[in-house]
Amino acid sequence: MAGLPFPSERQSGPFFNESGGRPVEKQLALEMRGITKRFGSVIANYHVDLDVYRGEILAVLGENGCGKTTLMNMIAGIYFPDDGKIYMDGQEVVIRSPKDAFAHGIGMIHQHFKLVDLFTAGENIVLGVKENGRYRIKDVNERVAAIAARYGFHIDPSKKIYDMSVSEKQTVEIIKVLYRGADILILDEPTAVLTPQEITRLFQVLRRMKEDGKSIIIITHKLHEVLEVSDRVTILRKGEHIATVNTRDTDENRLTEMMVGKKIDLNIDRPAPKNAQPRLEVRHLDLHNAEGIHVLRDVSFTANGGEILGVAGIAGSGQRELLEAITGLQPRVQGEIIFHNPKKDRPVTFFHKSMRRVRELCAQNAFHDGKGRDVSFDGMKTAAIRKWVESGDVLFREDEVMSLRDKTPLEIRQLGVHLSFVPEDRLGMGLVGSMGITDNMMLRSYRKGRAGFLDRKKPRALADEIIKELEVATPGVSTPVRKLSGGNVQKVLVGREIAFMPKVFMAAYPVRGLDINSSYTIYRLLNKQKENGVAVIYVGEDLDVLLALCDRILVINSGAVTGILDARTATKEEIGLLMTKTQAAGKEETK
Amino acid sequence: MSGFMNYLVDSLAFGATFIYGSTGEILTEKAGHLNLGIPGIMCMGGAGGAWIMYLIGSSALPPFLIVLLGTLAALLFGALTGAIYSFLTITLRANQNVTGLALTIFGEGMMKVILDGSKLTNKAYLVQPVSYFHWPFAGRNDSLQLIGPLFFLAIIIAVLSSWVLMRTKVGLHLRAVGENPATADAAGINVTGYKYAATCIGSGIAGLGGFYYIVDYMGNNEAYLDIPSLGWLSIALVIFALWRPVLAIVGSTVFGFLFSLSSLIKISTATQPLMQMLPYVVTILVLIVTSIRNKRENQPPSSLGLSYFREDR
Repeated sequence: MAGLPFPSERQSGPFFNESGGRPVEKQLALEMRGITKRFGSVIANYHVDLDVYRGEILAVLGENGCGKTTLMNMIAGIYFPDDGKIYMDGQEVVIRSPKDAFAHGIGMIHQHFKLVDLFTAGENIVLGVKENGRYRIKDVNERVAAIAARYGFHIDPSKKIYDMSVSEKQTVEIIKVLYRGADILILDEPTAVLTPQEITRLFQVLRRMKEDGKSIIIITHKLHEVLEVSDRVTILRKGEHIATVNTRDTDENRLTEMMVGKKIDLNIDRPAPKNAQPRLEVRHLDLHNAEGIHVLRDVSFTANGGEILGVAGIAGSGQRELLEAITGLQPRVQGEIIFHNPKKDRPVTFFHKSMRRVRELCAQNAFHDGKGRDVSFDGMKTAAIRKWVESGDVLFREDEVMSLRDKTPLEIRQLGVHLSFVPEDRLGMGLVGSMGITDNMMLRSYRKGRAGFLDRKKPRALADEIIKELEVATPGVSTPVRKLSGGNVQKVLVGREIAFMPKVFMAAYPVRGLDINSSYTIYRLLNKQKENGVAVIYVGEDLDVLLALCDRILVINSGAVTGILDARTATKEEIGLLMTKTQAAGKEETK
Repeated sequence: MSGFMNYLVDSLAFGATFIYGSTGEILTEKAGHLNLGIPGIMCMGGAGGAWIMYLIGSSALPPFLIVLLGTLAALLFGALTGAIYSFLTITLRANQNVTGLALTIFGEGMMKVILDGSKLTNKAYLVQPVSYFHWPFAGRNDSLQLIGPLFFLAIIIAVLSSWVLMRTKVGLHLRAVGENPATADAAGINVTGYKYAATCIGSGIAGLGGFYYIVDYMGNNEAYLDIPSLGWLSIALVIFALWRPVLAIVGSTVFGFLFSLSSLIKISTATQPLMQMLPYVVTILVLIVTSIRNKRENQPPSSLGLSYFREDR
């Protein structure tokens, strides 16, 4: 870290000795002893011990709902422990409110940012700070700029929060805590919402703070980040403290084992595709969004049934728009989207077809009677045709080929093209936060009730099944989903979409923010869909996972396809290059 | 003075009632509480102030002191009624709309009980101390006499409120509480304290509005029955003023102008109610314009109407 403009002031010399990897001058900043916290009958933390030293980065690792955030909230004064003691510099302290926490030099950067959208960065930073002298926002902004320069942040203090990107907001949060002179910084899953480049920058800043003698606690469940940035790791499982280890003495497998409580296989299963048939053909998709920006450029690809097609690309390269175009949510789109409905040798139904359409198709010789013979309705009365069709003896000769461009989103969904979109804001699209799991299941089935009444039994059974199968941690089916932790919300969303037996299943970032166990559950679910002959389109950000899970990988770059690779032979470097190469070169690749 | 000048002065003087009402409501809403009890609170303030002036009006106290005590009483009655609202909505987290409406009905009833019950129909005692302040240079029946001391107090309060809200730390904190109480709480701001203070002070100011209308503006008329409708207009004015007390001064004059337009232009008695609708029509127009422009700064405080409980996720 030579050459940094900022010299470490309080600590100098080598921080680690050669042999043990332990800090030489261990100075305790904070101790937690026997902390217990209950919410009603649920025990969130049980007799947890935790030590934090000055000038170190401590990672708190654990699965969703294991009590990481609750524990940290007790240091930050959001919750008050039912039992146990907290010591700072050897003295027992009582932290009843965030104010107390600040007074002790503790600041927390929450996963959901606590910022007032309407205020500027400076106003948010100075909020609640007791300062001498008159309050002048100009002075505040100057002090903010000074802190930013010191640790290498880029920020405009007079910019409004609602104009900021996620990473800018996070910067404001961190400066907010530093402005108060915090010596202990707690970051709750700070990397969940950042791009790889932003994560690198964040880690640089964290290291500078560490050199400045600050204690940093980072909550995460991404193992490689733990190994990259932390000095020690504390592992929690089901609310209990399992172990605290030095980062350099451990590895991914051992951490996983402690976190999950059992050995789990970190390899992702990839069964060979069986009977892959074209299911979705996208040809020359082109889209200018509402702001007139060219977001999709001549995108063409085919997704096969029984195969997982991965989509790789830098965030915001048009992935979202592509999926939305397929599901009919982008009416402006140009080009063709052809869906092959897997109807071959399956009975004709009236579910999607009118009698007129059935007659038309029959005239085109689209049906056979199960023994390969032609079907003819000549001279038959409507009632007789209906009886014959409903008996299930009239079968399709071929897959039904249709354009999705002239269908409404609802029709597309009924055809079995399902999108499980997990955007930055999990609750924004797909689930209603204040409704329970059952009610959220009903968002997909409410049209099926009889005579205006809703059928609650089936959704309820489905909700129970999802809770059981995907191990959703929730007090009950009627608990509003916004009260669940992020990973559990995601499971509910993905579980629901899969339950409706899709023929094309699109999932965007379905494991974002999920812990290892849940991620692997999702991968298994996707593989199961693949085995059932579903065409799976998986938009992911982790290239390792894409390479291990998918059959083919489509690389998208500034809205254009720069390559479709065989995932079994492709390398990370190859994909990375395609993700970032310039537009002109990209055009050639797609022919 | 010309007829139009008279009319303008009248609008200004009349509008001061709205300045009190809407400034009080703005402070409350900035803390995230929609107080629909403002009409009732204005009734309580007016009735309380007038009652105290009635009790001490015949004593040998100097008129100045009598008015001052009356004003303080109005402030106190308004604030106390606001405290009921605060306790219900902040501490017990009751529904704000229901609580507010109940309080309006309560305040209106209490006003009638106090004013009728204490036989205040003959209000000569009110006129005497207030006229003490009247402009010496203007004629006795000049409309300028309508500009009493409490008119200026209204302007001062509105300007001061704007300054506090936009230029001081207290204002910054209050706005944060109304925008995002969880954030304010995490920043170490005493959310409950701010909510109580803003609601009670706001209610006190609104209470002054009722007192101003009965005592300073109308003098000895049987005017108090109008106060509830003026209270509702004050709430509408908050939207008109885009949650800025200084704009409320402008809005109040406009509302006062429109409200008294019905008495100026007498086409027929049938059109009278139509004319009285004008302020509301203007409010709707403002709502439409601000919605179209959709500027974040002109929207209501984000957590308006929502209760805050720290451990609720």
